Amino acid sequence: MNDALIPAGSAQSPAIELQPQPLEPVPLEVASLVKRFGQVTAVDGISLALSSGECLGLLGPNGAGKSTLIRCIVGRALADAGRITVFGFAVGTSEAREALGWVPQELALYPRLTCGENLAAFGRYHGLSGSKLAQSVTWCLEWAALGDRAGDLVKNLSGGMKRRLNMAAGIIHRPRVVLLDEPTVGVDPQSRNRIFEMIEALRAEGTAIIYTTHYMEEAERLCDRVAIIDHGRIVAQGTNRELIQNSFASRSQVLARFAGPSDEIAAWVERHNGRLVDGAAQFTIEQSTQIAGLLDDAAKAGLELVDVSLRRPNLESVFLHLTGRELRD
Amino acid sequence: MIIPIVRTALMALRRDRPALAMSFILPIGFFSIFAVIFGGQHNSTAKIKVILVDQDRSRASLELAKGLEREDSLVISTRPSFKDKGAAPDYTAAAAEAAVKAGDAPVALIIPAGFGQSPISFGGAQTGPAIQLLSDASDMIAPQMVGGLLQKAAMTAMPAAMAEQGMKYTDQYVGGLTPEQRKIMSGNLEQLRQIESRLDAQADGTAPAHSAQGSADSGGLVAVKVRSVVGENKNGNMISFYAAGIGVMFLLFTASNSAGALLEEAESGTLDRVLSSRVTMTTLLAGKLAFNTMLAFAQLAVMFLWAQAFFKLDPGFVIMALCTAFAVAAFGMVLASICHTRAQLGALSTLVILMMSAIGGSMFPRFLMPPAMLKAGLFTINAWAIDGFTKVFWRDLPVSELWPQVGVLLAVGIALFLIARRIARRWEYA
Repeated sequence: MNDALIPAGSAQSPAIELQPQPLEPVPLEVASLVKRFGQVTAVDGISLALSSGECLGLLGPNGAGKSTLIRCIVGRALADAGRITVFGFAVGTSEAREALGWVPQELALYPRLTCGENLAAFGRYHGLSGSKLAQSVTWCLEWAALGDRAGDLVKNLSGGMKRRLNMAAGIIHRPRVVLLDEPTVGVDPQSRNRIFEMIEALRAEGTAIIYTTHYMEEAERLCDRVAIIDHGRIVAQGTNRELIQNSFASRSQVLARFAGPSDEIAAWVERHNGRLVDGAAQFTIEQSTQIAGLLDDAAKAGLELVDVSLRRPNLESVFLHLTGRELRD
Repeated sequence: MIIPIVRTALMALRRDRPALAMSFILPIGFFSIFAVIFGGQHNSTAKIKVILVDQDRSRASLELAKGLEREDSLVISTRPSFKDKGAAPDYTAAAAEAAVKAGDAPVALIIPAGFGQSPISFGGAQTGPAIQLLSDASDMIAPQMVGGLLQKAAMTAMPAAMAEQGMKYTDQYVGGLTPEQRKIMSGNLEQLRQIESRLDAQADGTAPAHSAQGSADSGGLVAVKVRSVVGENKNGNMISFYAAGIGVMFLLFTASNSAGALLEEAESGTLDRVLSSRVTMTTLLAGKLAFNTMLAFAQLAVMFLWAQAFFKLDPGFVIMALCTAFAVAAFGMVLASICHTRAQLGALSTLVILMMSAIGGSMFPRFLMPPAMLKAGLFTINAWAIDGFTKVFWRDLPVSELWPQVGVLLAVGIALFLIARRIARRWEYA
């Protein structure tokens, strides 16, 4: 019996508790990873680690290097430098392959096969067979809420169903580390909600998850930690709260709309180091009491207040703060 | 409004290179192939190989043989051509028949012993042994041509024999010649023989004589007994013979289309997902090759079942079909691995397969082709497959005779698979 598999605090034998427990290898560890495509460095020295049951959100603009990082982890791209281990095994080994589950952004399914046939095919590719395969297919279909669609051809499924089946195909071999690349693209709120429940169920089982998305609210809801990637580097990493604290401390944003001469509005905004975005004035303030001073000065300038709001920074604020507002593609 | 539509279509066509290739290269390629085969360019019309067995060794038979050798369109062979320089014995009648059956030559001529006693028949009046013309019925042209040229050779190469025979007939039917007349006739015969000698010298030293005119029909000067040694009573099996040609061509299309699934999987991301599992690229390609081979084999089997009412799973057929299926499956995989999209694959496969089929004998029999084209055909899967199936269905040759075709097809299949594997590296890792 492998001692490493005995959970800490197990009551099987008090003597074991006295022995130093061998540490279980980290589910996923990426160290100083570099991947270049010609002159372009897509991943530039990224390091990260993932614990069991943890969900790490990967956020970044298009072309930031998220997908390349994921492809390196699943062995579909060869890194130029750095190290990736899955439970201590180098990426590409059969142990690492079996421990990893990958849900690509594309619907990587066989359209002319049924849901059940698709899952069985991918299960066989992972070495499953017989009753184990059948059980896994049944479990995955139920997990994806497709139990009554087992015999339906993939091409006849709705977009949301295809997305869920795409996820199920990625975990058919019950991996302990799952990489989800934008799994909710193009699905309706109902399917999206179901996908969240599926991911939460995996986490509850102790699966370590990397979740790539452009939807900040998804990362806020699902992820324990978030890593923001830009230009191939992790520019910030931590919990949601840590990221906001590190980027904005106690600062808040004030959004105000005024009626009046545009040059007067622009001058007022400039005086208070704000900026105009879509006709609204935006200011970053340290204390909420600063709002009164802002509005008072506007009134003195003859500007008529239309509406004003105080916004606490969120993940999107952090994201835009760190990656800027310029278009990337 | 018509002009903008034309302009848009032109712009789209300009960027669709496969469609452009199909529009221009394919017609030019086909025109060239047909022109070479049927246009008789550079006077390179196919020569007919004729095996000649002279059992008589008389003056008349030797003259006739020399006359046949002088014919431009015939290649006379009296002994097997071995690679090693050891002196091969002359063909016997049995060896000649076996050679025709094996497809070494479409026609064999056997001049029987005693032919020289009475070589000229003058329309069947002769009572001596007739020349045997052994033919392969799959080639309907060669026996007709050889029969005609045989009569021509008899007319031009054996004037002395003809005159002698004429004298005999005169002697026999007119009531006999006087000694004086015989002496004059003998003198004239000697002159004719000198002319024959001069003709021989001319043939040996310079270009063949073209002065001889006229032709004789098959019931003409020399008696000929035509016998098909291959394809006798095989009218039904002719369908199988042609099924091989067409079958291999369609097989190539099926294989290329089936291998195209790889491109779909690459485009959809399924290939990436599969390769992230335990499946490696080599395993994946080997699996696809196995599937495509089985598909092609099943297609061939169905085609031949349809073609032959009394089809039996001949071991030769199974071996040939498997080897052909393997080679075409690997060929399809190379095409698929070269291309980046389905559209590219469609255009390239149409272009290459139709060209291969035209050169390789799927569209018209290879015996119609000039020598250069025959050699070019050996670079196609079609030619080797068709030759193999012909051996099985037409010539009834034993399995052991299939080794050249089996060897080439297997080697081609393995080589193509390795090439496909090499090209598929682009899908393996980024």
